[in-house]
Amino acid sequence: MSSTPAFPLHLAVALEGTGWHPASWREPVARPRELFTAGYWADLVAEAERGLLDFVTFEDGLGLQSSHYGELDGRTDQVRGRLDAVLTASRVAPLTRHIGLVPTVIATHTEPFHISKAIATLDYVSTGRAGLRVQISARPHEADHFGRRTFPPINLDELRTPAGQERLTDLFDEAADYVEVVRRLWDSWEDDAEIRDVATGRFVDRDKLHYIDFEGRFFSVKGPSITPRPPQGQPLVTALAHQTIPYRLVARQADVGYVTPHDAEQARAIVAEIRAEQVTAGRTGELPHVFGDLVVFLDDDQAAAEDRRARLDALAGEPYTSDARIFTGTPAQLADVLQELAAAGLSGFRLRPAVAGHDLPAITRGLVPELQRRGAFRTAYEADTLRGLLGLPRPANRYAAAAIA
Amino acid sequence: MSKPLKQIHLAAHFPGVNNTTVWSDPKAGSHIEFSSFVHFAQTAERAKFDFLFLAEGLRLREQNGKIYDLDVVGRPDTFTVLAALAAVTEHLGLTGTINSTFNEPYEVARQFASLDHLSGGRSAWNVVTSWDAFTGENFRRGGFLPQEERYSRAKEFLATANELFDSWHGDEILADPATGVFLKDAKAGSFVHSGQHFDIHGQFNVPRSPQGRPVIFQAGDSEEGREFAASSADAIFSRHATLEGGQAFYTDVKNRLAKYGRRHDELLILPAASFILADTDEEAGELAKEVRRQQVSGATALKHLEFVWNRDLSSYDPEGPLPDIDPDVSADHISKGRAQVRMYRDPLATAREWRELAAANNWSIRDLVIETGNRQNFIGSPATVAGTINEYVQADASDGFILVPHITPSGLDDFADKVVPLLQEQGVFRTDYEGPTLRHHLGLALPHSRLRSSGGTPMDDLRGEERVAS
Repeated sequence: MSSTPAFPLHLAVALEGTGWHPASWREPVARPRELFTAGYWADLVAEAERGLLDFVTFEDGLGLQSSHYGELDGRTDQVRGRLDAVLTASRVAPLTRHIGLVPTVIATHTEPFHISKAIATLDYVSTGRAGLRVQISARPHEADHFGRRTFPPINLDELRTPAGQERLTDLFDEAADYVEVVRRLWDSWEDDAEIRDVATGRFVDRDKLHYIDFEGRFFSVKGPSITPRPPQGQPLVTALAHQTIPYRLVARQADVGYVTPHDAEQARAIVAEIRAEQVTAGRTGELPHVFGDLVVFLDDDQAAAEDRRARLDALAGEPYTSDARIFTGTPAQLADVLQELAAAGLSGFRLRPAVAGHDLPAITRGLVPELQRRGAFRTAYEADTLRGLLGLPRPANRYAAAAIA
Repeated sequence: MSKPLKQIHLAAHFPGVNNTTVWSDPKAGSHIEFSSFVHFAQTAERAKFDFLFLAEGLRLREQNGKIYDLDVVGRPDTFTVLAALAAVTEHLGLTGTINSTFNEPYEVARQFASLDHLSGGRSAWNVVTSWDAFTGENFRRGGFLPQEERYSRAKEFLATANELFDSWHGDEILADPATGVFLKDAKAGSFVHSGQHFDIHGQFNVPRSPQGRPVIFQAGDSEEGREFAASSADAIFSRHATLEGGQAFYTDVKNRLAKYGRRHDELLILPAASFILADTDEEAGELAKEVRRQQVSGATALKHLEFVWNRDLSSYDPEGPLPDIDPDVSADHISKGRAQVRMYRDPLATAREWRELAAANNWSIRDLVIETGNRQNFIGSPATVAGTINEYVQADASDGFILVPHITPSGLDDFADKVVPLLQEQGVFRTDYEGPTLRHHLGLALPHSRLRSSGGTPMDDLRGEERVAS
């Protein structure tokens, strides 16, 4: 028996193509020709659910994948092309029962009204297991797909300059407004708005339908939604954040923030910064989860994991790098790392399998039993909704509350 | 020689957000819960229907400045429900109504291409346009479009989406682990579109889907709408479900095809049709009357009269006579978000005509609305309804029907169990699906990619199968 104090951890897996390593598609387990079929995604999510994971995220983007941030790379040796993440999640929903489904949505070029009802509907089809991961796009070539805005050229270094930071601030402010609209629309129907009162002939009580009247710098939206309040009330809102500007979005709007500390000290500092931003935003009552993102190469012994990583790097022609910490080793070693980071204030992890067909089963069949032995992970699903799995209450409706007050 | 019998196409319209849907019936279930959609879709598939059809509305309707509360209100997101239904059906086509005014081509194209992949080639798109700033208030792009620009935007929207669908030819993904080549061509998905409404370029990020493009539906009835359908659609969701009206529409639209170099069978005419079934014709007739009274309550009758009068008539008694004041013909209409009100082009004349009708027949307001409103299209015993549907199709009043039941979600059950077997016995409706895609069910060819690349691949073989059904 381990004497480590048991922090019950939350575990999510980030699904991206055949895995996060760019050569992952060349592995015998990868099934790259099935990437554009429902069966491929259904199998991955079924595997994640077998491991009792809290949720899976689905990556997305409004352009082809690229190894460069700001432009297409013209490469033909990596996976290119993808399916819409919301629709993929919805396609999988009826085939699963417990696991949360969190597709990526891009706030920069899409309509918050459409996304709000799409995620509400995902919540209906999954009976309370929906969320979203909000992302921005500063990429000029993606703006060109819409033709409504022109973005100047950008690369990651330029994003770190003051001018780049200003652009990022605008895009994240827009994303915060976007999430605000999405959330208000979810609340724009009170739970008991549908009355079906045969005596008066009224289907809804229109006093329980609310205009959201959002007016911001970037857009205005009237409401109410066309879709009634979803089962969870507020589906899960999540965001990946690497620095202060996105930390602010997490602090203002998210239920779960994904962060990328490389050690416990960084984890502690990031959590403190997010908590401070929360205080600034006046959101002290709630405690959003802060999850650590890690790329994982998992094998039964460390040498095998290292060999596999080296072999994939050789195929790719360059060592794999990531914004997130890259873990290479055994499930027990990973469990040690996760528990150390959890002690520094992270409440869960979003693991990015280097090779989906290999590292996802290694998580569900290796890491999960290891954490269960340590008393640090569930042994059965304990709730019916994604919020429930994460220990988040079903929130009161902001408009119903206002009506009472 | 007698003409061979036409095969009938049948589809199921999920009960809509209007007073056709009777929510007050004890049998009426949720129109939001996914279980209702599953029941409805699986019933349609059990009956070997061609497809399920979902309408769309992007703002809750209002009347007299208030949200309209007498009909079913609210619906789920079209794409998201269809993607989920793909998991609980195997063959049924999945048709979504998606607006070309409050969306962008790149986004809609990737959603339909994704839906087509995720359903194994069963997606269809009913392309509609909106005109009103009222709905636009829900969207960042806002949205008033002058009438004359609605179709030009819709046409360019569809043309642009087709360019995106066709930007992948189907043979680009090699995914050969030995050579390390995933993509044959670094420029896969390249597109440039420069037009009046859209000026976009880049690379589309969804590879070619099983059907190449979703099946395209068009629903407008105007002159422009008919031309749009003849030039660009695979099927029309029409409102002409009577024998004579259907035949006139059918002839008109089919005759427009030649000038676009298209054959008669390249555009299907599928009117929306409601139905009432009972054991005997007489019982069905009684039931139809009863359902009409359920559909038009006193409160609903007053609201419908307001479409014409354009005034608050809430002080009138629906069981009493029609108002003697005239309609208000000022520009702004008290009903928002409803296409129906525009049918009354001359409200003063309509009001005069209705007063005369009511006086002649001794009708109350409610009687008038019931009598002048749409009757159910097919009323009778299963044998009568099957016979009438077949008669209409063989007489070229349509190629089939999109059935609109009035009860959610069980309104299709009797039709599936009692009418479909009769049509099958008559040899005019399939007893099983003959192919995997919606294009197979509809007898439509797979579209060619305009920019088709050379080289034989499995996808090319599939596309080469020209007429995939009879």
